[in-house]
Amino acid sequence: MNYFFQILTVIMINSILAVSLNLITGYTGQLSLGHATFMSLGAYAATLLTLKLGFPFLASLILGAVVAAFFGFIIGVPTLRLKGDYLAIATLGFGEITKNILLNLEITGGPMGLRGIPKVTNIYIATITLFLVIFSLNRIMNSRVGKSFIAIREDELAAEAMGINTTKYKILAFTIGAFYAGLAGGLYAFLFRYINPKDFGFMKSIEILCMVVLGGMGNTYGAVLGAFIITILPELLRVVSPVIAQYRMVLYGLLLVVMMIVRPQGIISGSSILDKIKPKKLLEKGGQ
Amino acid sequence: MFFEQLLNGLTLGSTYSLIALGYTMVYGILELINFAHSEIYMIGAFLGLIMVTVYKLPFPLALLITMAGSCLLGITIEKVAYKPLRKSTRIAPLISAIGVSIFLQNAVLMLAGPQARSFPAGINITTLNLGPFRISSLQLLILLVSIILMIGLHFLIQKTKLGQAMRATAQDKEAAQLMGIKIDQVISFTFAIGSALAMLGGLILGLVEMLGAVYMSRYKDAIAFAVLIFILLLKPTGLLGRRVQEKV
Amino acid sequence: MQLLEGKNLTMVFGGLSALNSVDITINEGEVLSVIGPNGAGKTTLFNLLTGVYSPTAGKIRFRKQEIKNLKPYEITKMGIARTFQNIRLFGEMSVLDNVMIGQHCRTKTGVFGAILKTPAVRREEAQVREKAMDVLKLVGLDDVYNEKAKNLPYGKQRRLEIARALATDPELILLDEPAAGMNPQETNELIELIEKLNDMGKTVLLIEHDMKLVMGISKRIMVLDYGRKIADGPPEEIKNNEKVIKAYLGEATLREGRAC
Repeated sequence: MNYFFQILTVIMINSILAVSLNLITGYTGQLSLGHATFMSLGAYAATLLTLKLGFPFLASLILGAVVAAFFGFIIGVPTLRLKGDYLAIATLGFGEITKNILLNLEITGGPMGLRGIPKVTNIYIATITLFLVIFSLNRIMNSRVGKSFIAIREDELAAEAMGINTTKYKILAFTIGAFYAGLAGGLYAFLFRYINPKDFGFMKSIEILCMVVLGGMGNTYGAVLGAFIITILPELLRVVSPVIAQYRMVLYGLLLVVMMIVRPQGIISGSSILDKIKPKKLLEKGGQ
Repeated sequence: MFFEQLLNGLTLGSTYSLIALGYTMVYGILELINFAHSEIYMIGAFLGLIMVTVYKLPFPLALLITMAGSCLLGITIEKVAYKPLRKSTRIAPLISAIGVSIFLQNAVLMLAGPQARSFPAGINITTLNLGPFRISSLQLLILLVSIILMIGLHFLIQKTKLGQAMRATAQDKEAAQLMGIKIDQVISFTFAIGSALAMLGGLILGLVEMLGAVYMSRYKDAIAFAVLIFILLLKPTGLLGRRVQEKV
Repeated sequence: MQLLEGKNLTMVFGGLSALNSVDITINEGEVLSVIGPNGAGKTTLFNLLTGVYSPTAGKIRFRKQEIKNLKPYEITKMGIARTFQNIRLFGEMSVLDNVMIGQHCRTKTGVFGAILKTPAVRREEAQVREKAMDVLKLVGLDDVYNEKAKNLPYGKQRRLEIARALATDPELILLDEPAAGMNPQETNELIELIEKLNDMGKTVLLIEHDMKLVMGISKRIMVLDYGRKIADGPPEEIKNNEKVIKAYLGEATLREGRAC
């Protein structure tokens, strides 16, 4: 039963990650290949606040996310002037730089990582956090802020011509996404009680991307579904055959290619939250 | 000592530029970062290793077979993972490319294991004395091969009919097609050459690594990436890239 | 009353000048058309006025304020809106959302306001929605407000572009070939719409190839050829201008223009 709850908790954490990357890549259309970076910043900041300064869990968690958001902003300001492929490379580069620094700093424990983190995260805390993330994100997406994100994805130049400061809104999406990812990182640290720079490398970023692509880019619930499948899959495979479970990464690679060719919109397609809410509201107002 | 370091850097650099040339050819024609490019050169190196160690083939023959194999691999990747996405959004082929890269990298990791293999030198290394400077015959060979290949590539792209077709396809696929250029063939060919270059680079890299890398900072990777990002920020399309104005 | 003034506007692309010291003045309340053969520099002129490109040389003043170094979104906020020659709608968004986006620069809800959904935010949201529906009614798209923009037929997409631009509350609206690809019926409706906009007090700058539309609706016409201004005046004068006839109109088109 313990094992079951553990998996469920990881699903919640991964869902937060997928939902937050979906904001950047799915809604705003900016391909980020370094999302695990923000997770690592949240995890390390929260851990250090608790271990070195004795902060309580909740304060560490939130401040950790703020640190991640701050770095999201700092990284976003220069890189989001870049487009498409160049942005992807720059985010990948920042991810590697962060990992490299975490590996070499004294305070982060270098390659040994940080140990002795109290176990606080449980299924309830993780679920509540995920709920709050989705709730706030839905509100943002239904506002003029969220619509600006989607407008940027659809046509950046037209969005600019409609009076949207596209750079500002791209940075905003990046910062909010980093904040959520930082939350997930904190939860992760207080669940596994041990963090190491290698937990948050390029492969983790790719894993998160897989979740978003599988579930459906531009759909929050798709991202949750993707996180569920990608988390549960290796566990199931391990039950079926430990040998196949080792081929997890091979499978991810295949998954990305096949999804792009067969069903690029993912399992759940489109910006469904937006579609669902609007018409009703308008009828209430008697739009006709 | 300085001269030798410089020479080592130059040799390594020319090897990387072979790999990068393959990269840029593919990018030029499809405007797609072929994330699987490094896997092609990795597989090229492994293929060469197998040819030399398992089948005991002489080096030149192993080289030819490996080259053919890499071309085939490159063409296959393009046909399977990129061609179906030629008309979709820009983000789709990019994700597909990352998928291919992850797939190949981990498949080889599973099959060959994570331990490093060393390459037996197919040629005898002698040291030549040029006045006060010393240069190994291997380094000389690598530099020569690199330079010859670069000149050859330049000739191919600028002077031949095929090169013309490649340049036309890179500029405007539809217009090229209307002019009777078989763009599928041209793209396949580009991938073949790009892959062969990558593989050659990979193989040579295998040889160069024997010369031993110099110890650099612990922050080697961070510095390399920081330089990259810095350059991208100053010149968003790279050092020599042309600025593309979006048509409105 | 002068609304916008461009002086000595020059735009050079890699050694090729698309626009060569062109002067343009737009007076408040008028409909000014820019015509000229393909490649004459009409769209480049639009791109300069809306901040997509920064001119190589020259000055642009809107309401006596220099705008040549402003970003497109800043210019939109000042009161200049545009449509695009090759339709650039937000395809995956609904028709209503497209128009609501247009009011972005007139509203101010931020991230925290959106999450908390304060009464002020709700009020703003309702106002935006109402106004968007009004604009849709004006252009006759209120019945398809819930369709995805990409699913609209071509003519309606063109009108949605105009609606979206209108939603930004512009004083000056730039229409880049709004009648392109329209059938005569749709073109007539478009003429009515532009006249309606003008009656509402909007100043209109129009690029158009359809001579019937241009001659019928413009108060003034400016003719570009090879990046230079070759004529500027009321339609009657343009029709009889030797230079224009030589450079552009040609006998057949001219007769057609007279006929209407």
